[in-house]
Amino acid sequence: MRLVLRGITKRFGSVVANDSISLTVEPGEIHCLLGENGAGKSTLMNVLYGLYKADEGEIELDGEVQHFTGPGDAMAAGIGMVHQHFMLIPVFTVSENVMLGNESTGFGGTLDVDEARKRVLEISERFGFHVNPDALVEDLPVGVQQRVEIIKALSRDAELLVFDEPTAVLTPQETDELMEIMRQLKEAGKAIVFITHKLREVREVADRITVIRLGKVVGEAEPTATNAELASMMVGRPVELVVHKDEPTLGDDALVVKDLRVVDLAGNRQVDGLSFTIRAGEVLCVAGVQGNGQTELTEAILGLQDDVSGSISLDGVELVGRSTRQILDAGVGFIPEDRQVDGLVPGFTIAENLMLNRSFKSPFVKNGSLRIGALRAFADKTLKAYDVRARDIDTLAGNLSGGNQQKVVVARELSRDLRLLVAAQPTRGVDVGSIEFIHKQIVAARDGGIPVLVVSTELDEVVALADRIMVLYRGRIVGVVAADTPRETLGLMMTGERPQDLKDVVA
Amino acid sequence: MNTDAKPATEPVKEPDAPQDRDAEAKSRSLLRDITSGDALAGVLAVLLAVFVGSVMIAATDEAVRETASYITARPSDFVTALWESISGAYSAMFRGAVFNYNLTEPAQQWRPLTETLKFAGPLIAGGLGVGLAFRAGLFNIGGRGQMLMAGAAGGWVGYQLDLPMIIHLPLAILVGMAAGAIWGGIAGLLKARTGAHEVIVTIMLNYVAYYLLFYALSRQFLLQAPGSANPKSLPMKDTAILPKVLGDQFNLHLGFVLALVAVAVAWWLLNRSTLGYRIRAVGENPHAARASGIDVGRTYTVVMMIAGSLLGLAGINQVLGTVTSGISLDLDASIGFDAITVALLGRSRPLGILAAGMLFGALKAGGFTMQTSENISVDLVLVVQSLIVLFLAAPPLVRAIFRLPAQEAK
Repeated sequence: MRLVLRGITKRFGSVVANDSISLTVEPGEIHCLLGENGAGKSTLMNVLYGLYKADEGEIELDGEVQHFTGPGDAMAAGIGMVHQHFMLIPVFTVSENVMLGNESTGFGGTLDVDEARKRVLEISERFGFHVNPDALVEDLPVGVQQRVEIIKALSRDAELLVFDEPTAVLTPQETDELMEIMRQLKEAGKAIVFITHKLREVREVADRITVIRLGKVVGEAEPTATNAELASMMVGRPVELVVHKDEPTLGDDALVVKDLRVVDLAGNRQVDGLSFTIRAGEVLCVAGVQGNGQTELTEAILGLQDDVSGSISLDGVELVGRSTRQILDAGVGFIPEDRQVDGLVPGFTIAENLMLNRSFKSPFVKNGSLRIGALRAFADKTLKAYDVRARDIDTLAGNLSGGNQQKVVVARELSRDLRLLVAAQPTRGVDVGSIEFIHKQIVAARDGGIPVLVVSTELDEVVALADRIMVLYRGRIVGVVAADTPRETLGLMMTGERPQDLKDVVA
Repeated sequence: MNTDAKPATEPVKEPDAPQDRDAEAKSRSLLRDITSGDALAGVLAVLLAVFVGSVMIAATDEAVRETASYITARPSDFVTALWESISGAYSAMFRGAVFNYNLTEPAQQWRPLTETLKFAGPLIAGGLGVGLAFRAGLFNIGGRGQMLMAGAAGGWVGYQLDLPMIIHLPLAILVGMAAGAIWGGIAGLLKARTGAHEVIVTIMLNYVAYYLLFYALSRQFLLQAPGSANPKSLPMKDTAILPKVLGDQFNLHLGFVLALVAVAVAWWLLNRSTLGYRIRAVGENPHAARASGIDVGRTYTVVMMIAGSLLGLAGINQVLGTVTSGISLDLDASIGFDAITVALLGRSRPLGILAAGMLFGALKAGGFTMQTSENISVDLVLVVQSLIVLFLAAPPLVRAIFRLPAQEAK
C-alpha cells in the first residue's frame, strides 16, 4: 500500500507540532522517520492513525484521500500501529489479545478463540515469530510481547505498519531480531514506517530516511549517510558523537568493592561476589544486558538495598551498613537509572529538585528552615551552567523534556563536592544534544579526579566513556577489559562467555 | 495533552516518558488530583453542590409540590413557590451564618458570624491535620480517634487538676495535643515499620479510641463523674476553659484564634521548613525521596504525629471551648470526618483549608437556622456537604459539566 501525506499541519494552541509535512511511503520499503524527542514524529503518526485530526493537509492511501475519525477507520483502511507502550492485556493469552477488539463470535455470542489461535499460529509460522498462542502475555519477555503487537496488526490485514520507537524497551539481541522481522515484512510487500531517534538502527534497516526537526521536514537522507551527518540534521547543528577525552590521570584506589553480594526481596542473589576497584580520575563502565545485577550494584553502593554483604569502601571509609543519607553526605553522587522514579519529584519545581539530597544542612538550610534566597540564586546559576532549557527555575520538573530532566539530575549531583559519581543509564531517553552535554560533564568530573562508575546497556555509551569496561552477567564479573576491546568480544562477554585468551586489565 | 512539539521556550513533556506505573503510584496520582487541583474546580464543585441542593430543597417543599400539581394551569404559582422555597432557604442560611438583617441591634445582627467562626475553629484545625497527612501521601481517616483521645486526656487535665489558669489551660491544651499526636503517631509508625496501610489502621484506631473512651467513661475510677450513671465526666474547671474572645454575649472562644495560629504554623511548616520540604517530597515521590537520603518511614511517623496533634487541637477545642460540661463520647461531633472534606476542598493548602473551614462552619451555623425558620431538614445541608466532596473527588465530572478543557495529560 502506498501512503502519501500531503502538507499535514497540526497545531496545539499556539504550538505548531507538525508544519506542513509531506511524506511518501512505498510498499515494500522501510521508511525511517528520524527526529529528536518532541520533534513531532509521534504527532504525525497519531494524525495518520486517526487519533488527531490534522488542521491542514490530507492523507492518501493508494491514491484515495482518507478521512479518519478514529483508529478504527485507520485500522479498517489497513494501517497497523505498534505502539511504544504495548496495548496488551497482561492477564490475557496471546490469542485473546490478538482477537481483542475484533472478536469473531460463534453461536450465542461465544468467543471463537480457536479461530484466533489458528490466525496467530499462521502468522507466527509465516514470519518465524515463535509465539505460543496460549501463553499469558505477562509471562512473555518484552521482545515477544512486541511480536504479539505485530501479530495483532497483521491479523487485521494491515498493509502499512507503523513502529513507534520500538527498540526503546528492547535488549540489543531483541533489537536485532526486530530488525530481521522488519526486513521480512518488507519482503512480504508491507509498507513500514519506523520512528526512532537511534542512528545505528536507522542505517541498518532503512531504505529511505526522512528527518524531522521542530515539526518540519528538514530533509531526506540516504542510509549510507554517516552518523554525524544524520545527527547534525536531527539537531540542526554539528554534533560530536565521539566523546573527546584525554588519557586519565589516575590517583589512588578510591572505591574498593570486595566480595559484594546482594540478595533481593524474592531471595534471589542478584549480585554474586563482586570485587573491583576504581581509582580516582577513572571511569569504570559496567556493561551488560539489563537485569544482570547492575541496578542492585548501584543501589547497594547508595545504601538502597537491604540485604547486602561484603565490603564497599570509599577512600578507606566503609559504606555498607550506612544509611543513604550518610552515604550521600560522604560525597557520593548518584544519577539513578530511572529519573522519573528515583531521580526527580515531578511535582516540585526545578529549584526544589536541585536541593533534594541537601535538605538537612547548609547551604540551603538554616535552623530547620529553607533558605529560599540562596536556593533560588543557586538554581538560576545552575540552570545556565547546565544548559537546562526551561522558562525559569519555577518550572515543574514533570513538565520538562527527558533530556532537560536528566540535566537537572546531573546538575544536582555534580554541583556538590563529590568523592565518587555513580551514573546509571545517564542518557537513557535523552536527546542527542543532551547526550553530548551529559557525557562531557561526566568526563569533566573524571578529569577533576573523581572516580566514576557508569552503568549502561548501550554499548556505544560504554565504549565512549570508559577507561576500563567491566562486563556483568548474572551478578558476576565476566571480565574487566580495556576500553578498546572489540564490540564483538564485548557482545560475547555480555552473554556470559569469556574468551579463552582474555586478559583482565588493572588500572 | 501531549503535543509532541518542543519549541525552545516551552518544553513539552517528552512523549515517550515511561507511562506504566504501578497501582500504588496510580492511587497517589489520584490523591494528587483530588488534593492539588486548581481552585476553580473547588469553587465549581461548591456551586454544583448548591445547585443540586436547591433542587432537593424545592422538591421537598410542600408549596412547590402543591403548585406543581396544577403547573399547566398556573405555571406562575409554581415559579413563585419555587423561588420562595429556594431563596427562603438560602437567605435563612445567610441569616444563620453571617448577618441577621431581621434584627436591629448590631451586636445581635453579627452574632451569626461569630457562631460560624466558632464552628470553623475545630474544622480548620482538623482540616490541617488531614491535609498535612495528604501532603505526605497519607490518608488520615483517624481524625475521630485522635480527637477522642485528645479530648479525653486534655479534658481529664481540665477537670481533675487545680492550677492557676495561666498554667492550667496551656497544660490541658498541650496534654490533649500530645495525646492526639501519640494516637496519630501509632498509625504512622505502623506504616513506617510494617507497611500496614494507614487507611485501615486509622479507621480501626477510631474504634479502639471510641470503645476505650466508652470504657473509661463508664468506670467511676477512670473518667466517669462520681455518682453519675451517664457516660460523662465532670465539667471542666473554669481555669481550663478557653476564654471567650468577644465578651460573654458571644460564644466565640479562643479555639478559633488557636486554629488561626495553627494555619500560620502549618503554612510555615509546609512552605518554609525543611521538614515540610521533606514531607512534600515524600508525598510527591517517595522513591526519589528515599534515593535522596530522606528517611521515608520516619517522615510518615512525624507527619502523622503532627497531624494527630492538630486533630488533638480540634478535640481540645470541643472539650475546653464549645461543650465544657464534661468529656462525652460524642465530643468529636463528626468533625474528625468533616475535616477530611475540609482538607479536600482546601486542596490540602493551609490557606485553602482556612477558607474551606469557614465555609463549612457557615454551613453548620446556617443549617440550624434553615431548619428552625424554613423547616428544611438539616440533613439537606449534610447532603450538600457530601455532594461537594463527591464533585471534588470526580474532577472530570465537574469539568465535563462546565465544559472546561481537560487537564494536561500525564
